[in-house]
This record gives sequence, structure tokens and C-alpha cells, in this order.
Amino acid sequence: MGTAHAARAGGVIYEVFRLERKGQPFQHAGSIEAPDDAFAEWYAREQYGRRGESVALWVVPRHEIVEIDEFIDELERNYHRVDGYPLKEKLKEARERAGTARDR
Amino acid sequence: MNAQALLEIADDELILGWRNSEWTGIAPFLEEDVAFSSIAQNEIGHARALYELAARERGTTPDELAFDRPPDEYRCSRLVELRLVPDWARTIARHVLYEQADEQRVRELMVSDDADVAGLAAKIDREEAYHRMHAQMWHERLKDEPRYVEALQELRPLVDERGERGLELEELWEEMTMVRRSVAGATW
Amino acid sequence: MTDEQFLEYVQGGGQVETNDPIPDDYRAKLIKFIEMHGNSELMGVLPEREWILRAPTLQRKLALTAKVQDEVGHSQLIYRVVEDLGKPREQCLEDLISGKSKFHNVFHYPTKTWGDVGVIAWLVDAAAIISQKALLKCSYAPYARIMKKICWEESFHILHGRDVILTMMNGTEEQRELVQEALERWWGPLMQFHGNPIPRDEDPMYIWRIKSQGNEEARQQFLDGYVPQIWELGLTVPDPKLRKNEDGIWGYTEPDWDELKHVVTGHGPKTAERLELRRTTREETEWVRRTLLARAA
Repeated sequence: MGTAHAARAGGVIYEVFRLERKGQPFQHAGSIEAPDDAFAEWYAREQYGRRGESVALWVVPRHEIVEIDEFIDELERNYHRVDGYPLKEKLKEARERAGTARDR
Repeated sequence: MNAQALLEIADDELILGWRNSEWTGIAPFLEEDVAFSSIAQNEIGHARALYELAARERGTTPDELAFDRPPDEYRCSRLVELRLVPDWARTIARHVLYEQADEQRVRELMVSDDADVAGLAAKIDREEAYHRMHAQMWHERLKDEPRYVEALQELRPLVDERGERGLELEELWEEMTMVRRSVAGATW
Repeated sequence: MTDEQFLEYVQGGGQVETNDPIPDDYRAKLIKFIEMHGNSELMGVLPEREWILRAPTLQRKLALTAKVQDEVGHSQLIYRVVEDLGKPREQCLEDLISGKSKFHNVFHYPTKTWGDVGVIAWLVDAAAIISQKALLKCSYAPYARIMKKICWEESFHILHGRDVILTMMNGTEEQRELVQEALERWWGPLMQFHGNPIPRDEDPMYIWRIKSQGNEEARQQFLDGYVPQIWELGLTVPDPKLRKNEDGIWGYTEPDWDELKHVVTGHGPKTAERLELRRTTREETEWVRRTLLARAA
């Protein structure tokens, strides 16, 4: 979620997530810089809602967000994924045995 | 509710909105620039709606009330006339003082006998609630700054001053009506 | 990933996020390009804001304030992207004011009448939107994403511009003259706006897929879209050579590329004055930033 600057002279960076309409997921919209939460609320409302383009916003200090971007699957576990189940050949065999095979 | 009283509030909102819009593009930092510009737009929007009501009584239009009166017919307070850019301390001081005074005035309008006035005042109050929050937020941050404290002291007496129109308003009026007057009677 | 692999990746439509490893050259070009965009949005505010005060109706006053507000908002979005790439906003603003970094040619010119207000919102913004749409698929994803919001907000700017122009064209003879006169002054800068016709395969911005079209492509798109709109109002474009050829390509008098270079390197008619305004207002409000954005101890 953005580069971490060791010595950042400035306010706090807040990430803003917006809900376009009910039923949709909150989506990341951008970031703003503000002195504190009160200002951040104001600025987020203005930058991401002044046109009535969002029905709700989540405003979170960037440093509160934990990003995970490494996922381990060394042994390629496909037993719990759809791609672990190629059924074409088995289905063909089963249809032939039952005499229900057709040109497909 | 008579048109004169409506004009007083409308003129305050118009001129203050005008003054606040002078910060668009040059505010202390970008996020605040965007936020403050919305406040300015709201104020002009309030003025327009108020002029609409006053215009009906007078058989004219909001634009004619906003632009086509001579400077000495505006009924705004001395406080809003002042050109304060690029002084942010005085700008916020004015914002705080104005919102305090205006809150009282709007609440009185909300209980007006005139249903249109009361209705509009309720809408304005809901928007002004945000302005008051914004003013308070800045006040908290600046209240220990000497230049801000000084600004509050300097500007407080001007809140209720509604006498002669100052030179500042005349200069503003000149610029404000420049294009409109350039081709008399034209539609823009 | 080697630089060659990265190039192949982005040329194949691949995108990268903020923390992905990227070639130094790509990062440098990206920062420069995006920073110039941010600078342009911020400088573009200055010619227009004078007219907020002079807008001849309440509606126009509100619309113009909202338009300029959008541009400030865009600069905020853009500088945040630059900052996450490694260059702080304050540094960008300092470089802008000192003349070290650039902004688009059109914002170095004066605005003289309400006709300019219409022409800028209608045609200058149109030229800008064409460039901006070509950034929607930028290989650097954070920039591509803000472009979406920017393009969405710009859509009202053009309509507002067109409304201002149409109202004047339907008005008095004097008003029509204001439009024609403004068009004549802005045509040169408009034709230069998309940059000299460097073939896109020689344009680093295209090679890295930062933008998805070359300069000439953008200019042709502008002419195709807007010359008919200009002509249908009875306005005259001040270029006798302007015409659409049989092959669908627009021919025109070669723009003055020397003027473009001269202007963007900081020698436009209004460059010094506008940068000075930025510098003084920044100085006057330095205490605010120090008080509010000082890092908590």
C-alpha cells in the first residue's frame, strides 16, 4: 500500500475506500494527506463524495493497513481448486460404457 | 419575512462566498483547497436560493439581485466585505465568527411564519452544520497561534457592522460585474 | 525481471503496482511525466480563477468554481501518485515554482475575455481529455486508476464550456466576436498542445506504455472531434490550410514547435507572473502547513 518513507515530513496519509452503491463492494479510491482523523473525514468527503458519487466511504490511516502479497504454495495444492479436477476423460469413458456417448 | 431581511442574509452569503472562492487554487494545501471551495460554493448556493425568494416578492430574478444593484444597496456586513487572501489566519477567524453569528440567524428563520423561508432555512442549516464543524476543526488547531487570536479580536467588532459600504465592496462589485456590464442585457 | 522482460510485459498490456520492482529509467520517466501532469492541473487553475470572480451569472460562477475545484482535486490525486513513487509533494511544488519542472504550454498564456473562459473549457479541456483517455491503460496502475476519476469529472467541464460558447454564439454580435477572437488566440497553443509529431515508436512514453497513443494520433483525434463542432457554429479557424484529406487525415499549417519549446521551458507570456503568484501564496501560507502538517513528535 505505497512506499514507506522513513522520515516523512507532513501529515498522515489516509487511504479512502468508496461504496458506489449498496450491494457493491467497497473499492479503494485513493489517498489523502491530513493532520488528523477529523480533517481526514472532511477531505475524504470532499475528494470522493462532493458529486454524490459515493454512498459511503471508509477512511483509514495507511499505517493501519496490513498488506499481504505473498502466498505460499510450494507443492502446488490443486486438490482444493477447480483446476485439480479435469473430468473430461473420465466422463467420456463413463458415457461410452453407458452407451450414452454422442458426438460432442 | 420581508425581502429586505432576506437580502441581508443573501448578501452576506454571496459576498462571503465570493471572498472564500478567492482561495480556490491557492489555499494552504491541496486537500483544504478542495474542501474550502465547496464551502464557498455552498454559500453562493444559499445566496441564490435566498435571492430566489426575495426576487419573487420584488418581481425580479436572482441574478439581477446579485449583480445589478449598485454597491450601496447591498446589505452585507463589513465582516464579509474584507478581502483577506492570502491571510489564512484572518480567513479562518472570519469563518468562525461568521458561522457563530449566522447559526443564530438561521435558527430564527427556521421558525418563520413563511413556509418557504422556514423550509429553505432548514436546508441551509443542514449544510451550515458542516461549515460549523469545519470552522471548529480549524479553530482547535489555530487557537494557540498569536496571529489567529489577534485576527479574532480584530474582526469580532465587524460582525454586526452594517453601515456604509466600504471601498472593498466597491472594488469587488467592479470586478464582479465587469463581464456582465460589458454587453448590457446579454444572456451569458 | 530484466528490463527487457519488463518492457515485454508492459507492451503486452501488463500493469505494475506501487511496490513492484520497476526499471530505474521507467521510474524516472514516470515521475517526470506524472509530475508535469500535476503541475499542469495546478497551473491551469490560475488563468481560470480570475474569471470566477467575474462570472456574469450565479450559475456560471458556481460552475466555474466547481471546475477549478476539480482541477485542484486532480493535482492532489496526481501528486499523491508521484509521492508514492518517491518524490514528495513539497519537492514537486518547489521544483514547479523554481522553474525546474514543466507544465503544459496552454497554461502559460493570458486569458483576456469571457470568450477565453468558454474556449478553454470547451477546446483546451477537450484536448486534455484526449490525452487523459490515452492514460486510462497506463502500465503504472495507480496512475491509470486516478485517470478514471479525472476523466469522469472532466466530462462536465466540456459541457459547461460548450454551454458558455453556445450561449454567446446565440447572443449578440459582440458576444460572437468575443468567441471568435478568443479562438484565434488559442488556436496556435491548441495545435501545439499534443506535442511535436514524434513517431510513437520513438516516444519513450509510448514505449513504456505510460500512454497508449502517440502525439500525432492525439492531435488528429482532437481535430476530428472538434473542428466540425467549431465550424458548425459559423466560427473560423485561423488556419487556411486546415482540411480533412481524402484519406481521413487532417492537414494543417505546421505548428510553431520553436514557440512550444520556448514556452514550456518557462518563457511563456504569463509564466513568470503565475509562478510568482504560486511562490508568494505558498510563502504566505507556509505557517499553516508547518502548524498543521508538522509530524507528531
